[in-house]
Amino acid sequence: MTCRAVASTTALAAAVIFLLTAQTPAAGQAASPAAKATGTAKVWTPPRAPDGSPDLEGVWGNATLTPMERPKGLGAKEFYTEQEFAEMAKRVRQGVVGEEADLGAAAEQTLRYDLSLYGFDLTKATFASNKRTSLIVGPEGVVPPMLPEARKRNAERAAKSKGHEFDSYENRPLSERCILMAQERIPMLPGANDNNLLQIVQGPGYVSLFHEIDHSTRVIPTDGRPHIPRNIRQWQGDSVGYWEGNTLVVDTTNFTALTAFRGSGEKLHLVERFSRSDDNTLLYRFTVEDPETWDKPWTAEVPMTKTEGPVYEWACHEGNSMIETILRGARVADEEAAKKAAK
Amino acid sequence: MSYRYFVFAAAFGAFVAFGPARAAGQAISPAVKAVTAGKAWTPPRTSDGQPDLQGVWTNNTVTPLQRPKELAGKEFYSEEELAAVVKKERQRLDLNLDEGRPTEPGTADDVHYDFSQFGLDRGQAKMAWNRRTSIIVGPEGTMPPLTPEARKRIAERRAQAKGHEFDGPENRPIGARCIARTNVGPPLLPTAYNSNLQIVQGAGYVAIETEMIHDTRIIPTDGRPHISSNIRQWYGDSVGHWEGDTLVIDTTNFTDLSPFEDAQNVHVIERLTAVDPDTILYQFTVEDPAMWTKPWSGELPITRIQGQIYEYACHEANYGLVNTLRGARVAEEQAAKKAAK
Amino acid sequence: MIAGVALAGVLCTFPAPAAGQAQAYRVPRTADGKPDLNGIWQANNTADWDLQGQAAAKGPVAMLGAVFAIPPGLGVVEGDEIPYLPAAAAKKKENQANWVKLDPEVKCYLPGIPRATYLPYPFQIVQSQKNILMTYEYAGAVRVINMEAPTKAPADSWMGWSNGHWEGETLVVDVTSLGEDTWFDHAGNYHSDALHVVERYTARSADTLAYEATIEDPKVFSRPWKISMPLYRRVEKNVRLLEYKCPEFAEELLYGPLRKKPSN
Repeated sequence: MTCRAVASTTALAAAVIFLLTAQTPAAGQAASPAAKATGTAKVWTPPRAPDGSPDLEGVWGNATLTPMERPKGLGAKEFYTEQEFAEMAKRVRQGVVGEEADLGAAAEQTLRYDLSLYGFDLTKATFASNKRTSLIVGPEGVVPPMLPEARKRNAERAAKSKGHEFDSYENRPLSERCILMAQERIPMLPGANDNNLLQIVQGPGYVSLFHEIDHSTRVIPTDGRPHIPRNIRQWQGDSVGYWEGNTLVVDTTNFTALTAFRGSGEKLHLVERFSRSDDNTLLYRFTVEDPETWDKPWTAEVPMTKTEGPVYEWACHEGNSMIETILRGARVADEEAAKKAAK
Repeated sequence: MSYRYFVFAAAFGAFVAFGPARAAGQAISPAVKAVTAGKAWTPPRTSDGQPDLQGVWTNNTVTPLQRPKELAGKEFYSEEELAAVVKKERQRLDLNLDEGRPTEPGTADDVHYDFSQFGLDRGQAKMAWNRRTSIIVGPEGTMPPLTPEARKRIAERRAQAKGHEFDGPENRPIGARCIARTNVGPPLLPTAYNSNLQIVQGAGYVAIETEMIHDTRIIPTDGRPHISSNIRQWYGDSVGHWEGDTLVIDTTNFTDLSPFEDAQNVHVIERLTAVDPDTILYQFTVEDPAMWTKPWSGELPITRIQGQIYEYACHEANYGLVNTLRGARVAEEQAAKKAAK
Repeated sequence: MIAGVALAGVLCTFPAPAAGQAQAYRVPRTADGKPDLNGIWQANNTADWDLQGQAAAKGPVAMLGAVFAIPPGLGVVEGDEIPYLPAAAAKKKENQANWVKLDPEVKCYLPGIPRATYLPYPFQIVQSQKNILMTYEYAGAVRVINMEAPTKAPADSWMGWSNGHWEGETLVVDVTSLGEDTWFDHAGNYHSDALHVVERYTARSADTLAYEATIEDPKVFSRPWKISMPLYRRVEKNVRLLEYKCPEFAEELLYGPLRKKPSN
């Protein structure tokens, strides 16, 4: 019967893949497909979901040591050598990192999170590292300069809230309000102090992308349907998808004017591509364009690694004491300032 | 069995129509003719085999709900007495001594309805006459006495309401608030004007729409139980079934303000039987052991009319309630000013 | 073929699905041979107002008049009764009297199970082999049902921890580790952290599911009790779940009092 035929085909495919991609990951790292491709002539084909579409399922982490933009000194250097890369990895493991200095027990903390729980300890995380010098591809490796009209637009918005940043919840950032967390946004970018998991569950005609942060879920139809009407705008826009060979292509439009990914506007258009380069690696590549913000589109590549679950419940709003304390603090500060002025 | 009952009823409460030749006048009920001829009439069937009660009907009548004191003990008029009553009523309505009075332009009366429109003039409306002296049947012809607990409850409620009758909309009768009207009941009772209804039947359902106030009861006839007793509705919950050619409707789940103010737990059984192509015999029994010492029953004919049901948009034009309350506020102000002097 | 006979055997012994269905319906299979429950579904009743049903009534905001009054509805509780322990029954009454202040749905908090199923918003089932993902339009609530060997919850959560398996035509989902802060409806029906819910989803026709949930919580109820209702497929062309990121809509309520007072 059909079920048995599919099952045996899958088993055969799995065996083939296993033989082709035998590797010994150290500390959960997988080599970048960019590095491998030059070396081997064999092309890895992903297993199939029961309905025949490429199987992208699993729990994936995008923690990475690669910065978004290329460090200034590197100019047009798009890839590190093997040796350079190994040295970098060593340094990071020893606790030498950039901004978010919350690497497990290394830093002194006060009242913050217990990093041994819930996958917060980055020293224990699996990294998909690659030899790229930046996630943004190409000779520049940085976000293109912002168009003057976008600068103006963003400056006007900032000016309106200047001096009112703590007036009310309306003035606070979307992430603080648990409306749109930074790492919940699309395109999906590596997160700061935790391993931001993505769980992919596929059903016939749909691929669901379940983001651990703020339990944000996109269910992408792959039946070739059009976008929703233009007058309906959503924080995360509207995503429709289709298969191009073994790659899932997701096209997103209909963002709100307030979504403002890196200062962008309503005309933001995002194309994401998901493909599995081996059992443990999901290659996520995206192109962003907004003719009202950047003079040209820009593309980034973020490798993702298969990770142990589970995906935890991220109930941001339910536990949002932060915004209350911030606003209350501001009101106390107002009072004190008023008292002082009264003297 | 239903045939025998029909003959019995016809003998006692023969439906007779009288009246001078009128444009919208009555015709002698064929039921009477049929009975005297010895033939039984059965109603046609709907496409799914139900007796067909469909059409536009009126229960407009001059028969009072309760028997007038001077007629105590007299359940039926004789033929001659009925003829006299009909003549008197016609004259009264023609003269518009009561409602339907001809209005003089520029007077207060003229501000009210134009009775020549929308079927408001009862004198022009078709009526089914019958020889009963009251809608309520039986030797007394009145509502039974209240139970002691009902008396007590009513007295308490009146006491609480005293002096607050115009405080707010909640203190006004539900009819004045355009929430529900007693003519819809159930039981269906005649009302001063627009006392019309339309019956539409579909497979397994009978819908009764009353013109005043465009309320529709949809009665399932599949034998289902009543809804849960914790859900109360202004018009209750009706379930129905057919007994031969009679639609029997059982209604419970009323609120404690409907269908009769002060009654808490009313149970109504209605029976509708088409007795001739233009007449439905409408019978009902009302009981509420917490209100009356015994059940009481009524009967009136419903007559087919030509024309349509009009839209009765009560709430949308409810100036009555607004003006009543505003008047009360003005009266309070004036009283306050007076007291202040 | 053996599988087919076995399936038929299961069908014969399967208890009749809820919602008054006369005969068992055999839904088409997914590519991996399981009943196909994929789709966008929505309850069409007033269970979220009151599981036991209610007459129409005034809403809590006079200014919103008939637009936001309480609609009428029949109940979804089998046997009509919710068997509260005596002390718990009192708390339920208290909840109900203060529902506008206390109902977590007003604040856009995650609804838990089974409430997520019968909120007046659609939800989508994406059915894979090892997992079934259910994502709910309301608040983007989501849960992934583990269809392999059952696993234990790492912690309590608003949406609980779901392990599922097939019983013939029925998807049975066992939900534990539900946090105690969710309610069942606006009428104040509530539970403790001992809540355990077993759901059953069975296709009853091409476009409807029969949904049942057995609820037990020995700290609050004297015995398990059950709700049941049909779920309707949203069949419009290109129908989608849209965003209902409602924290934004609860902000004035939650943080309005913390707004800066205009200076004189």
